[in-house]
Amino acid sequence: MTQPERAGLSLRDIAIRLDGRLLIALDAHVAPGETLTVMGPSGSGKSTLLAYIGGFLDPIFDAQGQVLVDGVDLTALPADARHAGILFQDPLLFPHMSVASNIAFALPPDVKGRANRRAIAEKALAEVDLAGFGPRDPDTLSGGQKARVALQRVLLSRPRLLLLDEPFAKLDMSLRAQTRRLVFDQARAAKLPVILVTHDAADAEAAGGAVFEMNGAP
Amino acid sequence: MTLARLAPPLTIGILILPLVFGLVGTVLPAFGYLPALGGTTVTTTHFAELFAMPAIWRSAWLSLFVGLATTAISLGIVMLFVAGWSQTRVFQRVQHLLSPLLAIPHAAAAFGLAFLIAPSGYLIRLAAPVFGIDRPPDLLIINDPLGLTMMAGLIVKEIPFLFLVTLAALPQLPHRPTMQLTSAMGYGRVAGFAYALAPRVYRQIRFAVYAVIAYATSVVDVAIILGPNLPPTLPVRLLRWMNDPDLSVRFLASAGAVLQLSVTIAALALWWLLERFVAAVVTAACDGGLRFRRDRIVRILSLTATAIAGLLVFAGVALLALWSVSAFWQFPDLWPQALSLSTWQSALPRILDPLATTLLAGLASTLIALLLTIGCLEREIETGKTGGSRALLAIYMPLMVPQIAFVFGLQVLFVASGTDQRFAALVFVHLIFVLPYVFLSLSDPWRALDRRYDRVAAGLGRSRLVTLVSIRLPMLARAIATAAAVGFAVSVGQYLPTVLIGEGRLTTITTEAVALASGGNRRIIGVYAFLQTLLPFLAFAIASLVPALLFRGRRSMRV
Repeated sequence: MTQPERAGLSLRDIAIRLDGRLLIALDAHVAPGETLTVMGPSGSGKSTLLAYIGGFLDPIFDAQGQVLVDGVDLTALPADARHAGILFQDPLLFPHMSVASNIAFALPPDVKGRANRRAIAEKALAEVDLAGFGPRDPDTLSGGQKARVALQRVLLSRPRLLLLDEPFAKLDMSLRAQTRRLVFDQARAAKLPVILVTHDAADAEAAGGAVFEMNGAP
Repeated sequence: MTLARLAPPLTIGILILPLVFGLVGTVLPAFGYLPALGGTTVTTTHFAELFAMPAIWRSAWLSLFVGLATTAISLGIVMLFVAGWSQTRVFQRVQHLLSPLLAIPHAAAAFGLAFLIAPSGYLIRLAAPVFGIDRPPDLLIINDPLGLTMMAGLIVKEIPFLFLVTLAALPQLPHRPTMQLTSAMGYGRVAGFAYALAPRVYRQIRFAVYAVIAYATSVVDVAIILGPNLPPTLPVRLLRWMNDPDLSVRFLASAGAVLQLSVTIAALALWWLLERFVAAVVTAACDGGLRFRRDRIVRILSLTATAIAGLLVFAGVALLALWSVSAFWQFPDLWPQALSLSTWQSALPRILDPLATTLLAGLASTLIALLLTIGCLEREIETGKTGGSRALLAIYMPLMVPQIAFVFGLQVLFVASGTDQRFAALVFVHLIFVLPYVFLSLSDPWRALDRRYDRVAAGLGRSRLVTLVSIRLPMLARAIATAAAVGFAVSVGQYLPTVLIGEGRLTTITTEAVALASGGNRRIIGVYAFLQTLLPFLAFAIASLVPALLFRGRRSMRV
């Protein structure tokens, strides 16, 4: 390992191109518990950056640059080995599983025992005021409740970093502030470096970290 | 997922290699080369022998005519109906009526039609009191020399097929806004559809149309049941030569199969000309600004034709069931004098073997087709690339070449190989035809599932395999079950490949049913043909029940 050990997420000389046209160029460091907000109009390639960090960039893009977390280089790893937890606009709870199974699915395999895993899932639900929701059908939850389940699901997977792809955009105003606070509090408590992609200035303000402004695609 | 890496080449191999080897196995003997039967010199005598057969050209013309007319009429009705009625409530009802018809095997539909329109059939019985008919009129309706009844039997089955293929293509087009736009400009529904949408719809369904042409020019089972006898269509005569106990007749059969291939190619070429002609006419009408606002009559006619086609098949199947349990049923009675299960009871011991073969071959070929399809689609996700139109062509390829032209070659190779793995060979030939349908039915829902679910799972640290097994497969359970039912139905319906590879030693419900055609015993035909219909229906029933039960507590897993 020739990289100097530096806690947090390092994005080194990242450049993503499509048909030779530069979409994103970024070099940044995000310390544990901090958030880097990437702002820009839709279509500017914000989500492409998340796809590159998460390891599921469409091969039509041409990307360079390194992604390191706590000195570990993720760039060559497949998506499922990166442990880059991601939250989208939609909660994307798996519709065929119960609420508790959704969370238990995220628990790493070294957490043994069905009953144990189930108990951890129930506890995670209780933490976000969803005690007893475990056996429920995800489709019967409200938008805010689903968002909280999705958050707990990603946190329990012990991610190295958190990628947020406009995760509050579809929540209504009253819920948005509350969910936002919950997400950032939890990420800070877990000491996760966070990349937030948004076009809502209030999101950036709540995140409180550095802001990277992207230009709209020409 | 290294296994998924193997799926695309394996799938392409299964679709294309049997075609190539089969055609070689047909063409070489046609020119006299088949060492296993002592043919080592290249000669054209077998073609001379073929052309010396009585009325061989009439047989060939019949096949060409039936194939083209069937396709043109079915496609015309479907296009006019979709143009005239899409996005209406009538359309939805007809859609519900036609969808299940796809599952009914061609042979069963043909028998049902025969029971309806034969001189002693149900329609004449219905008319009997009105016209004072007291015995079956002396008319040659079934097996008419022009093949008109055979065409009718094919059309009623091709209408649901082309309709459902069109229905699958429509959502990919801006259907509703285009229709609103054209009607705002004063075009009639049919004209608006023909000018603005039909060219794009046709581009998407054209392989299916070519498959119908190939099928209808070379069909055997429907031709045996409903087709002309003196002479029969070309494929029926070929099958007789192929099954001739005198093995030397196989050279003649091979030459005939080459002629059949030429007939189908000629039909496709003529169709290509017809495409150009229709396109020119539509373009001329469009450029002339013709509105055709009064298209009521066309709309009503297309609805009537579609509905009649659907009702004929349903009534036919009902008649199959009724005949199978009728004890004594005189002309012109509309209901049997008594009902009894004795035909079923006496047939049962002889049914069990073919039934087991039908079920096992269907399940095995469907399972392999599903695994290959899922492997290919999984590979698509990994690489982010679809095979494009070339892959689609490969998928349709076994459906666009006449079965009789290459499965016969496969039989020759099978016999020459000296192996006794007949059941494996049967599963394999079924797979060639099951695979395209399973792939076509599963690929759209597979591609439509939100890719972000896979990304969420990967972000949670789950491998592709775990994601596939615990996210994709359950979420697509309904689509997978439906694709499996489609595949099973295709396998159950296979007549020619089963006869050629089974060679009478392996029989299925379908081959047994068609073999009964000449006997004319309606009760026993009713048993076999109804059973033939029942099997795919059971498959579809299971396909809709199992996912519903599995996910009964999950609201968004409902349709």
